[in-house]
Amino acid sequence: MALTGVQIFKLLPKTNCKKCGHPTCLAFAMKLAQRQASLDLCPDVSEEAKKVLGEESAPPIRPITIGSGDKSSKMGEETVLFRHEKKFVNPCVFAVEIKDSMKDEEINSIVDDVLTSEIDRVGQKLRIDAIFIDNASNDAGRFENVVKAVASKAPGTALILSTKNPQAAEAALKNVADKKALLYGADESNADAMAGVAKTYKASLGIIAKGLDALSALSEKVKALGVEDIVLDSGARSAKEILENNTLIRRAAIKKNFKPLGYPVITLAQRDDKMLEVLMASLAIAKYSSIVVMSSIEKWKNLALFTLRQNIYTDPQVPMQVEQKIYNVGEPTPDSPLMITTNFSLTYFIVSGEVENSKVASRLAVMDCEGLSVLTAWAAGKFTASKIAQFIQESGIENEIKHKELIIPGYVAILSGAIEEKLPGWKITVGPREANGLPAFLKTRGN
Amino acid sequence: MAFVAPKETYSGKVYQVEIGTDKTAVFGGESVLPFNSFEGNAPNRPVVAYEIQDVAPEDWPETVKKVYDGVSNDPVAWAKHCQDSLNARAIALRLIGTHPDRENRSPEDAAKTVKDVLAAINVPLIILGSNNAEKDAAVLVAAAEAAKGKNCIIGKAQEANYKTIVAAAMANNHKLIAMSELDINLSKQLNILITQMGFDKERLITDPMCSALGYGLEYTYSVMERIRLAALTQNDATMQPPMLADVGMYVWKIKETQASEADLPQWGTLVERGIAWETTTAGSLLISGAELLIMRHPEAARAVEKFIDELM
Repeated sequence: MALTGVQIFKLLPKTNCKKCGHPTCLAFAMKLAQRQASLDLCPDVSEEAKKVLGEESAPPIRPITIGSGDKSSKMGEETVLFRHEKKFVNPCVFAVEIKDSMKDEEINSIVDDVLTSEIDRVGQKLRIDAIFIDNASNDAGRFENVVKAVASKAPGTALILSTKNPQAAEAALKNVADKKALLYGADESNADAMAGVAKTYKASLGIIAKGLDALSALSEKVKALGVEDIVLDSGARSAKEILENNTLIRRAAIKKNFKPLGYPVITLAQRDDKMLEVLMASLAIAKYSSIVVMSSIEKWKNLALFTLRQNIYTDPQVPMQVEQKIYNVGEPTPDSPLMITTNFSLTYFIVSGEVENSKVASRLAVMDCEGLSVLTAWAAGKFTASKIAQFIQESGIENEIKHKELIIPGYVAILSGAIEEKLPGWKITVGPREANGLPAFLKTRGN
Repeated sequence: MAFVAPKETYSGKVYQVEIGTDKTAVFGGESVLPFNSFEGNAPNRPVVAYEIQDVAPEDWPETVKKVYDGVSNDPVAWAKHCQDSLNARAIALRLIGTHPDRENRSPEDAAKTVKDVLAAINVPLIILGSNNAEKDAAVLVAAAEAAKGKNCIIGKAQEANYKTIVAAAMANNHKLIAMSELDINLSKQLNILITQMGFDKERLITDPMCSALGYGLEYTYSVMERIRLAALTQNDATMQPPMLADVGMYVWKIKETQASEADLPQWGTLVERGIAWETTTAGSLLISGAELLIMRHPEAARAVEKFIDELM
């Protein structure tokens, strides 16, 4: 349970020295209670207070990084249950499963798919982040060899080592001690030995228990054994169980500050039915999993799931933007119409969709207005005659088209005269106010 | 530290809506967030309706169009195929051919199609206009009369045309879809305007406007979550109708469901990509609160039904 300002105040020096930047210790305590200040600001705080308050002021879901180098992934640190409240912070890790019982060629081929999985979407580079290697063979030597081979073939990719056998875990981990792997995992039968291996090789530890009571107890146990970085598996496998357990874990961590469940969650989403697996992964993405393990990573599937992850983890307070440039819709000729709009992603998607519906090949000039829609950008002085004129001139579009006609959104009809003044020789045409008027507008022009 | 499950109880609940007369379908009725049956009542399975059209789907991408080859030139055959071969629990007939920019079919033509389709099926029918506000007002009035007594859903009433459509749904005893554009306040306002005309709020279905994965899905997702939270936590009756996700028409017009693998090899095979796009869009919106889905590809609908099996 979170401490109140008064409870925190009792642990502070009570000198009102102002060194923390707050007028009194009580004011500082109130800020700490709201998690708007950090305890480091107080130079005189006692060790005991640090220990108690340090735990209290830690983020409700512990940040954990797997992998090393520029392809490592940070998980946890989430602060809300619903994405409209505040941005979901650290996008979940996508992992593909390799069983060490597979043939070497099959393993190599999956690793190749991981290495070539990177796709650029709306300016972000997205890829399969991790490889989940399962000790299905139950053979420690085979497990070690497969882990070694995968690590040397994909040195930048994070590894999740799945085994219940502490000897196999140690044999494999000692080869990848510098890679911040996740060891998955510990259960009630092997927790002591697994915790020891994880500590020795500085790996984070996945813990597996059936149900949230047992999982909480196991989490406290491995923490008492000195493991700090924990990843949770509640044993949920059906969609219903995943939704229930992930929801309760997230609520317990965020609303109750319940520390034993304040860790990232791993979800095994594998299904024989590929479309069903897509849906299981979708559920995991939307509902609070930090690692999603899948059985296959076809390119079509990656594209859909990368896109969903991007959508869910978008900051709801910052409008999505598209890149400023002149987009072709269809295959425009030098005579095709040229339209302009702003770079708010929804504006772009809706306008370009309607232009596509019109079946009239066109050019759509999308101008950087910091992600504002047409009317808002105009009101904010970002979609003005001089800025539009400058964008059109600098775009070099004049060399690609025969005409000099620019179609502007109907909502900014008022700008047409001013743009004509700033763009000598150009004709400015006022288009429809709403995008859904575009098909009729474009068709009747007869371009 | 013992774990205590942090369960929620809510003051509000979603209205339950029943459609059809023979094989009826019931959705909504839950008093918890989507599929959170561990802490309350979620009695009904969401309904997936198959979309058909009054004219051949010339504008659909090849990969979904070819699934209906041989039936899609006749709405009656198409509806029967969905009901009998694909086990559709409901059919959504979109009267796209009435749009002035398309075949510009008359309200009388539309009414005849509705009658013919209704005579051929026993599952519930959802009757949708062409999304031309002016024409829809005339078309949906004729369609609502043609379907009198069949307990259909009529849609979509929007701010620009709701009065005539609401009156037609009321006079012919149908349910009604109220659509507004991705804004919880607009959605609430339209529901209020409609109920002020005397339309029973328990016969409404809210469409907060769908968006495809990658094309604004997060807006629909969050508006749905906010509407549902308002319904449950604030017991706001104007936010308590069940919600519609009109998935197919938004998904099957974007680039990801049409671009060939030859042009974009990094995007993988086109057939699976299109199905996955509709599947993922539908699945995400189920999780955020949709109880009624309108879909096109049978493989996507099948996967979503399996997903619902696991969630219930």
